Amino acid sequence: MSANFDRRTFLKSTALAGLGVAAAPWSIGPAAAANLTVGFIYVGAKDDYGYNQAHAEGAAAVKAMSGVTVVEEENVPETVAVQKTMESMINLDQATLLFPTSFGYFDPHMLAMCAKYPKIEFRHCGGLWSEGKHPKNAGSYFGYIGMGQYLNGIVAAHATKSKKIGFVAAKPIPQVLLNINSFALGARSVDPSITTHVIFTGEWSLAVKEAEATNALADQGVDVVTCHVDGPKVVVETAARRGAFVCGYHANQSKLAPEKYLTGAEWNWAEVYKQFVAKAMKKEPLPNFVRGGIADGFVKMSPYGPAVSAEARKRADAVKAEIMKGGFSVIKGPLKSNSGKVVVPAGKAYVETAIELESMDYLVEGVIGSTS
Amino acid sequence: MTSIADRSAPSVAVSRTTRQDLVVRAYAAAEALAIPLLALLVAAAIFGAFIAALGKSPLDLYRLIYTGAFGSWFSWQNTLLRAAPLLLVALCVALPARLGLLVIGGEGALALGGLAAAAVAAPLQGLPPALVISLMALAGMLMGALWIGGIGALRAYRGVNETISSLLLAYIAVALFNHLVEGALRDPASLNKPSTAHVGQANMIGTLPGMDVHWGLVVGVIACIAAWVLMERTSLGFAARMTGGNIRAARLQGLPVGRLIVGFCALGGAMAGLAGMIEVAAVHGRANGSLIVGYGYTGILVAFLARQNTLAVMPVAVLLGGIAAAGGLVQRRMGLPDATMLVFQGILFVVILMSETLYGRIPWLQPPLSTERTS
Repeated sequence: MSANFDRRTFLKSTALAGLGVAAAPWSIGPAAAANLTVGFIYVGAKDDYGYNQAHAEGAAAVKAMSGVTVVEEENVPETVAVQKTMESMINLDQATLLFPTSFGYFDPHMLAMCAKYPKIEFRHCGGLWSEGKHPKNAGSYFGYIGMGQYLNGIVAAHATKSKKIGFVAAKPIPQVLLNINSFALGARSVDPSITTHVIFTGEWSLAVKEAEATNALADQGVDVVTCHVDGPKVVVETAARRGAFVCGYHANQSKLAPEKYLTGAEWNWAEVYKQFVAKAMKKEPLPNFVRGGIADGFVKMSPYGPAVSAEARKRADAVKAEIMKGGFSVIKGPLKSNSGKVVVPAGKAYVETAIELESMDYLVEGVIGSTS
Repeated sequence: MTSIADRSAPSVAVSRTTRQDLVVRAYAAAEALAIPLLALLVAAAIFGAFIAALGKSPLDLYRLIYTGAFGSWFSWQNTLLRAAPLLLVALCVALPARLGLLVIGGEGALALGGLAAAAVAAPLQGLPPALVISLMALAGMLMGALWIGGIGALRAYRGVNETISSLLLAYIAVALFNHLVEGALRDPASLNKPSTAHVGQANMIGTLPGMDVHWGLVVGVIACIAAWVLMERTSLGFAARMTGGNIRAARLQGLPVGRLIVGFCALGGAMAGLAGMIEVAAVHGRANGSLIVGYGYTGILVAFLARQNTLAVMPVAVLLGGIAAAGGLVQRRMGLPDATMLVFQGILFVVILMSETLYGRIPWLQPPLSTERTS
């Protein structure tokens, strides 16, 4: 591997250098030489009001730092395309720190690039890196946003009149199930009679199904909707049009429904990215694994919308203050799944970092829906 | 449809003497080369106007596209790697098209072919890789052949429109794919990204010597050439083209039209299934949602731009691979959105389709009359 790598790199860099000289007079080169070039890669559009926008906002914060050049590419599929995008950023833009932000970029794509470019640092969003198993120039950063959905649930509980709240979900995977359960438990902590209605669309980004699901929820009498799909835009707009309130996810969607937007669970990647980049500028080693939740500044709540009552604000703020202290548990016993099985025995409580939560395969009591 | 496929063949006045025959062929070849090139230039001009209207320099843009697609060895590899899957999926459109069928559901065959390949590999761990890889390829091709062959059978024996059925079945294929990947065939360890089990590192097909492009490119090139030989140089291909030219005449001649339709659809499907297998065995190692990224639909574009000529599929796939490869650079250096390159592809597609009407109408690209008259 390494012998091969050296020869290839040498050939490539020689060829590129030659090309650079030949093309210098007319090429549109990378922006003026900076101390550090950082690459961000998104699986969807940068302005999707969701997952990718949250990362792009983080990238914008990095752009504002002096001495840093940011290169970005959107709509990069989880195929060889992302490998080539990473290589292109390294070879043509001289990027030395890359943030491929989509979950599916990690294995095999980012790992292949880590092996090929051992001097380049790669940090991936998703919490997949593990010591000993993955290379040192790779790493993960990851946020716990379940508490944000718990706070969403509390605010939703105060806004609902029908006592039915809804959740448009992509796939029944652990991360999504934790969000649904947190939302339901937040609402039930205010009023145990509230039911949470879930519809899975089966895809991370499928606007038509998201609209159908939102409409179906509204037809059932649901009057507060939240979601976990890549771009919540369609869900937010459809729900607001149907007169339902909305709790946001991933990024701030209040612009899409100023009257109906209650609050939202947002990523705050700017903090994370600035920490990484600041370390890289000082040539300090980058951490391989960082993770955090609301208390660590990785996740934040959207400002309350006009429809949120004073009572709701007070309650949500009180719980948030508890969360900020650390050690707060949303998933704690006694807890039954919606099929009646005891999933967490009495006396047991999982903090957000608990490994048990990462293999969640149930919906809690009060959730109407099924994982299969 | 049929007429498009037909006109690409030099059908005018095949003269008996070789010299005159050659002249006619040369003119036909020049026409087949000049018109798409003209269309490419026109599309580039229209797109350039759009870019200029956005306040960006079209010249900078084309320089960047050149740099990103063909400007260096790295860019060439990037381009070829992206072209590789397009070769096979384009055949899934181009082969049935020669029989007058418009099959647009290659995406489904690709997804299920990839899934079949991954499923077959799982219980065969430890066997010789050559055997496992062959069985994976066979499974992928068989699955694709069944899927698109079924569409051909619906067409031939039940009169179901193949365009509609292939499109709708592609959605069903993706749903079936998701159902199996998230259910029966799921690797329990793939928590947040449902996938099948890994086919095993030993069973991965590697890259070509000295380059970063996997063997799928070679497979695609061989398939394109073989398809051309089959279509243009065998009696089976002739029978297929005749079916596409005039299905009634073909029936009157006693050709097994139904079997030809099913067979060529199945062959196209096998190519798409093979593309899925290669994606699994060369890139992902597993079948999962990353397989379904629209290769099958890009294949339609490639086949049409190539005017269903399987040799022309190769340069067109490289062109589209290059556009995709350059897309990133255009985003990064010019701050244009990703959709920019899609707009370019769209304009290119429309202009090339419109240029179809130019065949036989540009005087200096027609064989001299004297050549045609002598016989």
